Parts: sequence; structure tokens; C-alpha cells
Amino acid sequence: MISDLNANEPTGPLENRWTRHRFDMALVNPANRKKYRVIVVGTGLAGGSAAATLGEMGYRVKSFCFQDSPRRAHSIAAQGGINAAKNYQNDGDSIWRLFYDTIKGGDFRSRESNVYRLAEISVNIIDQAVAQGVPFAREYSGLLANRSFGGAQVSRTFYARGQTGQQLLLGAYQALNRQVAAGTVTLHPRTEMLELIVIDGRARGIVTRNLVDGSIESHTADCVVLCTGGYGNAYYLSTNAKGCNTSAAWRAHRHGALFANPCFTQIHPTCIPQSGTYQSKLTLMSESLRNDGRVWAPLHTDDSEADPATLPHDRRDYFLERRYPAFGNLVPRDIASRAAKEVCDQGHGVGPEVNGRRLGVYLDFSEAIEQMGEARIRERYGNLFEMYERITGESPYTTPMRIYPAIHYAMGGLWVDYNLMTSIDGLFATGECNFSDHGANRLGASALMQGLADGYFVVPYSVGNYLARHEPNSVPGDHAAVNSAVTAVRDRIERLLNAPDPQHPPEYFHRKLGQILWDNCGMTRDPVALREALARIPPLREQFWREVKVTGSGETFNQTLERAGRIADFMELGELMCIDALDRNESCGSHARTDHVTDEGEARRDDENYSYVAAWEFSGDTSSPNLHREQLRFEFVHPSVRSYK
Amino acid sequence: MNLTLHVWRQADSDARGDFETFKISDVSPDMSFLEMLDVLNEGLISEGSEPVAFDHDCREGICGACSLVINGVPHGPQKATTTCQLYMREFDDGQAVWIEPWRVGAFPVVRDLVVDRSAFDRILQAGGYVSVRTGAAPDGNTLPVPKDVADRAFTSATCIGCGACAAACPSSSASLFVAAKISHLGLLPQGQVERNSRVRMMLAQMDGEGFGHCSNHAECQSACPKEIDIGRIARMNRDLYRSFVRRT
Ligand SMILES: Cc1cc2nc3c(=O)[nH]c(=O)nc-3n(C[C@H](O)[C@H](O)[C@H](O)COP(=O)(O)OP(=O)(O)OC[C@H]3O[C@@H](n4cnc5c(N)ncnc54)[C@H](O)[C@@H]3O)c2cc1C
Ligand code: FES
Repeated sequence: MISDLNANEPTGPLENRWTRHRFDMALVNPANRKKYRVIVVGTGLAGGSAAATLGEMGYRVKSFCFQDSPRRAHSIAAQGGINAAKNYQNDGDSIWRLFYDTIKGGDFRSRESNVYRLAEISVNIIDQAVAQGVPFAREYSGLLANRSFGGAQVSRTFYARGQTGQQLLLGAYQALNRQVAAGTVTLHPRTEMLELIVIDGRARGIVTRNLVDGSIESHTADCVVLCTGGYGNAYYLSTNAKGCNTSAAWRAHRHGALFANPCFTQIHPTCIPQSGTYQSKLTLMSESLRNDGRVWAPLHTDDSEADPATLPHDRRDYFLERRYPAFGNLVPRDIASRAAKEVCDQGHGVGPEVNGRRLGVYLDFSEAIEQMGEARIRERYGNLFEMYERITGESPYTTPMRIYPAIHYAMGGLWVDYNLMTSIDGLFATGECNFSDHGANRLGASALMQGLADGYFVVPYSVGNYLARHEPNSVPGDHAAVNSAVTAVRDRIERLLNAPDPQHPPEYFHRKLGQILWDNCGMTRDPVALREALARIPPLREQFWREVKVTGSGETFNQTLERAGRIADFMELGELMCIDALDRNESCGSHARTDHVTDEGEARRDDENYSYVAAWEFSGDTSSPNLHREQLRFEFVHPSVRSYK
Repeated sequence: MNLTLHVWRQADSDARGDFETFKISDVSPDMSFLEMLDVLNEGLISEGSEPVAFDHDCREGICGACSLVINGVPHGPQKATTTCQLYMREFDDGQAVWIEPWRVGAFPVVRDLVVDRSAFDRILQAGGYVSVRTGAAPDGNTLPVPKDVADRAFTSATCIGCGACAAACPSSSASLFVAAKISHLGLLPQGQVERNSRVRMMLAQMDGEGFGHCSNHAECQSACPKEIDIGRIARMNRDLYRSFVRRT
């Protein structure tokens, strides 16, 4: 196979690569830094930390987010924790082990150099956060506490009760505020990036819409950093915040930035099932629940409405324990999710019927309560049980919880090299919006780690290295490329506001797209279903542009218009996700192709033919993108087969 | 169930606002309050009208975006619950529901139920941080922090910056919000160096933004979805007095 992408990875011993690479980087003289302007789009863990650090280094930074405050970026919602190879528990953890676990967890579809750097930097993140005043959980000794997370065999996860993302983001937001006070960063909240400005092949700015008064503005700079999060909301229902979207990344893609592995989307097994067609999002329940709860579904399909508290044991199917005796209820996310889907597809689901289907299985704590007492369970899961009861009106102390998998995270994203630069010169991508570190599946507590590693410790260096090679200069406000980007934005808004035959609100189309993606490119995929999706998405997209109904004007606060624009981009990305899933003729990580399974029904990877990153180039026609491949080389770990039997 | 909604409509910060009444039927008790508004809005769009604007994002009670006064109470009737985590089973069939934005002078209305809370950002920019450079941090375990102190700092740090405290306060004070940050950082060893200047600068900024002063009504703590208690305000006041007599 021909690899036609250069990741600009350093070579040599893995543990020296990042140190050596940093030494090889060019530096900008501190006195010259204020002459350079940097645009950072996004204020989540990745963007907040990058903007703060770049500002502190002396660059002039503009920071953008669509929420009313940087503090509300979606990172705020992360619950479980953040990994770091500190080995504070003396249980045999090390940078190598975290590196190895991440490569293996990603099912050997990520780049060794990047992942090793991530593991190496992980320890600095914790130090940084502690110094900022992030109140991590502590032991009675006053030292930092850890827990084991997502099936890891070591306790390397740092946490702040169930609010780790919130506390880390507030740390980054505080660092950002400090720079705003120092005058190095200017904030642009309620401002959405709608177009990228590319001049002579270099990213030189963005076009934004002020969400309060609708004004369209251009912002130019010496380089642009996108930290705009993941695209899980393509599926409509996901655990992501309602505003999460792909628009910034997709605009960049349309300008030539390659989009890597779009079909790698992660499912989280323990979410609260949908209760009706009006459902707007899904709520994650911490994975830790599987430590004490037992997962089951009725053995007989006619027991779907039977009282779960009294259904005799011989009429229950503890399907995870049955199929995976060694790991039982603690099998990895993707395996637990698929098993639940299969059970429900066979008619054993429980809970309310939505669109003719019951999508839910039980997570039962009755035995744990019997054995350990309600007090112990309350101590461990009290706040989660409360949240569940608030949402469903049912108490998990007396009736088993109902759970169902939901889309949770996007491993795919903009292709970046080792410097986190996309295939557009001067355009960087960090955090969930790039594809870099998690391969085909992400380990729990590793997204927060990656966002902060990228933002505090990688991109500030690589941006400096890039700028050092370019003279600071400004783009005239009336440059042709600026004008044409502004015009493109205005035209698109006009089209959204004036569809020829306005019939339905934007959500109508988003739900339809989401259903297609979830059914055909969700937990399991097969060529027939993917081809069907590919036949249905383009007409849906045409219907969207013909019939979308957006009331109000472009010159005011207009949330319908905002959503319509984001959905329009999901309509294109959704097709690419299916194209990628169809192209990848193997099962790996989150990508479970039912036509690529072992005799025992487990996922079968094809290292010979698919050990590559699929990086798609926009060709002008959404339906026929060009494929570029980055061949993955494993010099330090040997690809093995996962087994949880 | 069926409900009568009286919703505050206001075109922009300069316009005069008023209530508009909507009848909504077939509301499921399992819907969230915001999902009920979604249904209302999709109906409005379908009939060609402009939907009701409201802030929201995570819908999990953590981002602090949602901000409705429901029947006179910030975040509505359920204790320790943000608007997005409020479910329709808390309401009765046939009930009238009044929905308004935060009413705080320092939070001008942007549109309908959306307000501008950037004053909160500016208060934090005035000193709500620890001045540490990226990369300049000692090992995380260099400085042990007693568990009870760390836990108390955490409880203060759970503030989501929603503004319900100011909306509930008869004097529109942001004291609970400011005090939460002062306590969070002031309890931890990392926050000691800037403790004196922080409390002064943040309170000066709060004043400058036009928020009132604490009048000991304690409405803020009952409205706070994270149940942050007014003990923090006492602590903040102590820190302020302390800052006049002690250097560090
Ligand atoms: C419920 C939940 C729980 C999770 N728990 C964990 C966990 O325990 N551990 C873990 O490691 N990971 C967890 N994750 C994953 C993790 O939270 C995310 O991957 C991570 O926070 C993403 O950070 P980010 O900075 O890349 O993006 P985000 O935090 O999503 O930030 C995106 C930013 O970009 C801005 N933006 C986007 N588009 C535009 C645009 N067009 N114009 C202007 N601004 C724009 C937004 O305003 C926002 O500021 C969880 C995820 C979910 C959904
Ligand atoms: S929408 Fe995030 S707290 Fe309510």
C-alpha cells in the first residue's frame, strides 16, 4: 500500500523523540512575539489551555466560542476523570504502560510517536492543574487520590468527584482570564466561526457571525488553531452538549484540510435510554456503575413489561456474564454496547416503546445492595442515582436502572501531523476536533488528557516553530480572499433563510439524519446498510436545502439559524462517515463490521490491508472524496488481538 | 398534560418586553422543561413565527447556560436543580407557568429569555485565578492538602456561574458567586499568595458592574442549583477585613 502522507514524525528512540523534536524547533524571540497574531477557535480544555498559554508566551491571541462564556464549553460536562502516568499508587504504572494501553485500546490504529508524547506529557498536566487550584480528590494523607477507570489494571485516573471536566476547564478558564486581564487575549464569546480564510495556501483568518446582532466579521492572523470539539451530534441524539458541532472543522475540510477516520465514533454503554420522540439529548451515567451493577435483559421477549424487581432469575439473561465470563460486566465499552444492542434487536429490550422499539437493558443493583447494604451503595453512587431518578422518575434503589448505549465521542477528526498541523499550512487542530491519539477507540479518561496535553504543552511549541519561519504580517481587510469568504458566509445564510419551499424546522432533518447514521453507521455496520445510508443521505440533504424553514432574520439573535447552519454541515459529514465506514473492510475498535468477525462472532481486524489512517480530501463533490492514506508503523508494540472471553 | 405558558418576549436589550401566552397540550411528564420548550418552538417555527430564545447547552446541569425564572423562582420549583434538569412531572395538568429571564440590572436581556452574563466573566478576570505559568508547576504531590480542606474547596468550586444567586437576590448581589471563587482559591495553599488582592479586586469589580450588596436574605443559597451555602459570604467578608490588616 502506498502511504502518501508525511506525519513529520521524529525518528529514533521513542522516549527521546519529543525532547529532540522540541530542541529542533525554531523559536520566536520573546520581544517579537507580540508582533504575531494567533486565532484560537474554541475554549474547551484544548482551546482554553492553548489560548492562555500562547497569550502568556506573548503572542496576541483572539479566542472564540459560541457559548456566552468560555467556561461553558462542552468539556465542562466530563465526569469521570483524567489519566496520567504518575504511578502515585505504586501499582506498576509508567509512561510506557500508559502508552501501550492507549495504543492497544485504540486497536492499533494510532501513531506511536504521538501517543508516546501524550503519555509523557500526562504527568505535567496534573502538576499544572494542581498549581492552578484544581481541587482533585485527595486521600486522608493529603496526597492526590486515584482510581482505576474503564477496565484499566492500574489506578491512574485523577478525579474531582464526578465533575473532573468542570474543574479542569475552570482551571484553564482561570488561566485564560488571567491573560485577558494581562491584555494578551481578547475574548469573543457568542461568536461562531463560519468560514476559514486561506491565502496562498496558508490559513490566515476566519469569518464569524456575532450571534447577538448577526454581524458578519473577518478576523485575520498569522495562524489559526481550531479546538472546536467532536462531531458526535451528527447522530442527533448523543451525550454531547446541544451546541456541539462540526462546522469549523468542516469549513476547513472544504478548504482542503483532510478529514481522518470519520467513521471512528465511540459508543458509551451506560446512558439513560430515550423516553420519547421529543428526546433532545442522552445523559451519560458513569461507567463506574458497572463495577457493582449486573446487566441483564428478560430471557423471553414476552417478559419485556414484567416487573424487573420480581422476575425470577431463571427468566433473566445476564448476557455479558454469559458471553464474557472472564470480564463479565466490565468488558470494554464497545463490547458491552454491541451486546446490549444485539439483545434489544432480538426483541429483549425493556422500557418505553419509542418508534416501535424498546431500547434498554437493566443495570441491577439489588444484589449489591443486599450484600453491601444500601448505605455503601449510596455512598458510592448516591449522586448518580439521584440524577437518574430526577430524569426518569424511578429510584435505582428499588427498581433496576435502565441503560442503553449512546454516541459519546469522536475519535475521527481533522488529520494532523506530529506538530498538530492540518494539511493546510498554518492551520492547527487540537483536542477532540483532531484525530490524533485514540486510534479506533478511546480509553476512558483520556480525552481530557489529550485536550490539555495539546493545549498547554504541544501546540504552543509548534505554533512558535511555525511562526518563527514566517515574518509577521497583516492581511489587508479588503483582500480578495477575505471578501470572497465573507460573501460565501452571507450567501449561505441567505440560502438558509430563504429555502424555496420552507416546510420543516431544522431539527426535523437532523433527526432524520441522526436516525440513518445510528441505524446504519452506529454500533455495528455492514456494507448493505452503509450503501443504503449513502443512497438516502444526499436526497435528504437536497430536501433540507429545499425545505428547511428558518424564521426570523440574519441580523438578530437567531438560534434557529445557528442550528440550521450546523445541521447543513452534519449532512455532509454524515455522508463521509458512511463512505469511510464502507471503505474500511475490517472491524477495529469502535468500527464493528458484521461482515468482518471471527467464527466466535468477535471483531476481526485486518492489519495487512487496513493498518492506515484514512484521510479524506474534499474533491468539490461531497459524494466522491479522495482517499489519502497514512500507513501506520509499529516499531515498539506488536499489534495483538484483543480478547475478553 | 396541558399547560398555559406565559413567556417573556423581548426583541433585544433596548426593546420593551411583555408576556406572550401559549397553550401547549400533550406534554409528557417524562419531558424535560427545555424539551417542552423545544416542542413549543418547533410548533412556532412550523407556523412561521419566531421561536422563544433561551440559553442552554449541556442539558446535564453542569454548564450553567440555562437560566429561566419559572413561576417566580430561578430554575423553578425543584431544589438543587437547574432548569435543564427539571422534568414536567413536577407540574400539574392545567397549570399556568410563568417563564421569565433573570431579572438583574447587570445582566441585560439579549432576547426573550436570554441575558448577557459577561459581567461574571469580568469579575473573575479581576483576580479569580492563581498566577502560575504553564510548565512552571512543581510536582502535584509536593504540597499535601488535608482532605477536608480539599473537599471544602471543591464544594465551593462547583459553582456553575449560572447567575441564579443574583437573580434570586432582592439586591441583585453577586456575593455568592464571588464568595464561591474566593473560598475555592482561598482555602487552598496555592491560592494564598494572591488572597488579599483577589478579594479586593473581585469585589471592586462586582461593584463596578452594578451588582448590589449582600442583604442577608439568603435567597441565593436556596436558588443555587449546586447548594453553595452563604457561609462562603461570611468567609469572603472575613478575607476582605483581613486584607486590610495583613500583608499575606
Ligand atoms: C458526558 C461526557 C462525559 C465525558 N467524560 C469524560 C471523562 O470523564 N474523561 C475524559 O477524558 N473525557 C470525557 N469526555 C470527553 C471529553 O469531555 C471531550 O472529548 C473533551 O472535553 C473535548 O474537549 P475540546 O476542548 O476538544 O472540545 P470542547 O470542550 O467541545 O470545546 C469546543 C469549543 O469550541 C467552540 N466552538 C465549536 N465550534 C465553533 C465555531 N464554529 N465557532 C466558534 N467556536 C466554536 C465551542 O464554543 C467550545 O468552546 C466526556 C464527554 C461527554 C460528552
Ligand atoms: S443547560 Fe447546562 S446547566 Fe442547564
